[in-house]
Amino acid sequence: MDLFEYQARDLFEKHGVPVLPGIVATTPAEARAAAERLLGESGGVVVVKAQVKVGGRGKAGGVKLARSADEAEQVAGQILGMDIKGHTVRRVMVAAGARIASEYYVSLLLDRANRRYLAMASVEGGMEIEQLAVERPQALARVAVDPRTGIDRTKAEEIVRAADFDQQVAGQVVDVLERLWAVYRDEDATLVEVNPLVLTEDGDVIALDGKVSLDANADFRHPDHAELEDKAAADPLEARAKEKGLNYVKLDGQVGIIGNGAGLVMSTLDVVAYAGEGHGGVKPANFLDIGGGASAQVMADGLDIILSDPQVKAVFVNVFGGITACDEVARGIVAALGILGDEASKPLVVRLDGNNVAEGRRILTEAAHPLVTLADTMDGGADDAARLASTAA
Amino acid sequence: MAIFLTAASRVIVQGMTGSEGTKHTTRMLASGTQVVGGVNPRKAGTTVTFPTGDVPVFGTVAEAVAETGADVSVVFVPPAFTKDAVIEAVDARVPLVVVITEGVPVADTAAFFAYAQDNGVRVIGPNCPGLISPGQSNVGIIPADITGPGRIGLVSKSGTLTYQMMYELRDLGFSTAIGIGGDPIIGTTHIDALAAFEEDPDTEAIVMIGEIGGDAEERAAAYIRDHVTKPVVGYVAGFTAPEGRTMGHAGAIVSGSSGTAQAKKEALEAAGVRVGKTPSETAALVRALLS
Repeated sequence: MDLFEYQARDLFEKHGVPVLPGIVATTPAEARAAAERLLGESGGVVVVKAQVKVGGRGKAGGVKLARSADEAEQVAGQILGMDIKGHTVRRVMVAAGARIASEYYVSLLLDRANRRYLAMASVEGGMEIEQLAVERPQALARVAVDPRTGIDRTKAEEIVRAADFDQQVAGQVVDVLERLWAVYRDEDATLVEVNPLVLTEDGDVIALDGKVSLDANADFRHPDHAELEDKAAADPLEARAKEKGLNYVKLDGQVGIIGNGAGLVMSTLDVVAYAGEGHGGVKPANFLDIGGGASAQVMADGLDIILSDPQVKAVFVNVFGGITACDEVARGIVAALGILGDEASKPLVVRLDGNNVAEGRRILTEAAHPLVTLADTMDGGADDAARLASTAA
Repeated sequence: MAIFLTAASRVIVQGMTGSEGTKHTTRMLASGTQVVGGVNPRKAGTTVTFPTGDVPVFGTVAEAVAETGADVSVVFVPPAFTKDAVIEAVDARVPLVVVITEGVPVADTAAFFAYAQDNGVRVIGPNCPGLISPGQSNVGIIPADITGPGRIGLVSKSGTLTYQMMYELRDLGFSTAIGIGGDPIIGTTHIDALAAFEEDPDTEAIVMIGEIGGDAEERAAAYIRDHVTKPVVGYVAGFTAPEGRTMGHAGAIVSGSSGTAQAKKEALEAAGVRVGKTPSETAALVRALLS
């Protein structure tokens, strides 16, 4: 789960990473009140920053200075509701201003290739790190971090040396790195990034902007992380699927997809998209993995979500019975159609293979539901579903 | 021969007495796997009766190894206990630990992988279906009845795509099929499996299945170019996956321009690997190679 900047800032503060005061606001009036509180202690200037989980908000006009409460209210009014790369701005953070002497970059992340962690640091902060990595790779220090020992003082000093921080700030950056490690470890993060980390004209090192991603697999030991989720931004169908415990991602297409296993479902989306090229360009409408034991209820929940998507014109159920038995899946489909009744109104193409396939096909053939057709192969089923979706459209 | 797992492998099950553990132990035994024990400290000294016979339960992995000479452990314990289970197996010097459990925090995997690596223990998974050397042994949850022994080696991030590919090529059969899992950090990689298949005299051609996220396929492509002489056919899932969304597997995510299926396909093709557009086309490429 990616966090908003203000949530990252709060986690930084919780773990002792130096940050500036910041208050989140969802209306211009709240932004005004926040500015009134902050202006006194921040040299007469505040920054109003769009809270979106996407880069490049500065260029998009989502970050503005304000020198009075009036001005803060006014710019918040401009920024709230703005669309930044498809993300609607629903809140801003009003932050104290800082007089910046230098900008740096530090991050901690997963090193998937080497199966450990990686610390990256640069004294050339402020720009997009992907750009820095391409244009001046020598300016971006990369230091391996052992997951068992993490970042202790010695490791932090190694990172600071590798990035060639000035002597005058080295001690402060070492402190910051140790505290960022605490964020990474104690919150089960998979990314902690500070860009920029700044040196102020007063000589303080401060995390001015932060990005944090948390590991959803570790939620069981972080009950407090549940409240960090941005429920408002979730697609309504995705929110409903999540409540039902379904692994569903809404896409922009006409062929609803149900399958078992993440890899097979991804592959099914691709095969449907290829088939769609021959049928007026119809596309897969969603990712939905019903997992191992697909009970009738799970199938009904899945079908219900998919059929609620007004864009969907046909559905492709693609199941390879490994542990799951095809007869159970077939019974699930029949039961689901029974549960849904008249709400099930779109054609269903079903491809079953593997464990108990003959029995599964027999059940569907006998049920002879008018909306259901059986396909012999994955490719054939994808083609049938794409054709049905294009003719219905 | 086969890789990592043979008829001689002696397997213990950590979590055998749980519902998943019991169900899959039954299946493993039915397919001929030598399951020699289970581990559960609260049920030490008891036995569990399966259709094929009784299997003893030991209090610790170390005891199980001492009593049975086990050289493989398969882990079915819940995510919160997986790290401790793997570390216990490493401490008992079990040379191969197969972690089926889904939903393990990546910090836990990173920690137990580092520990296993320091101690010379191979980990497969987590969040994987395990591996099967058809006709010899089956560790994990891969159905044993899809296909029999043959000359194809298969390595895949996905369980059901593994089954699909085994099914497509069921008349040819497999030396070993191994599901390495779709988490961001995994113990055994495509490259590890490719290296083992290259050395395995029973493997004639290799199928490599990848998916969006990370750069494991790109690294495997470079490895194939430099080190693999056997023919390799590839498949990559997730061409239609949107940027920034996790597609089922925790590691299956396109971040910005990195981790795309297209980039992986191009890297594999540049290394001389034939890449199928669909599972069926991939199977046809393998068939053409072996006929």
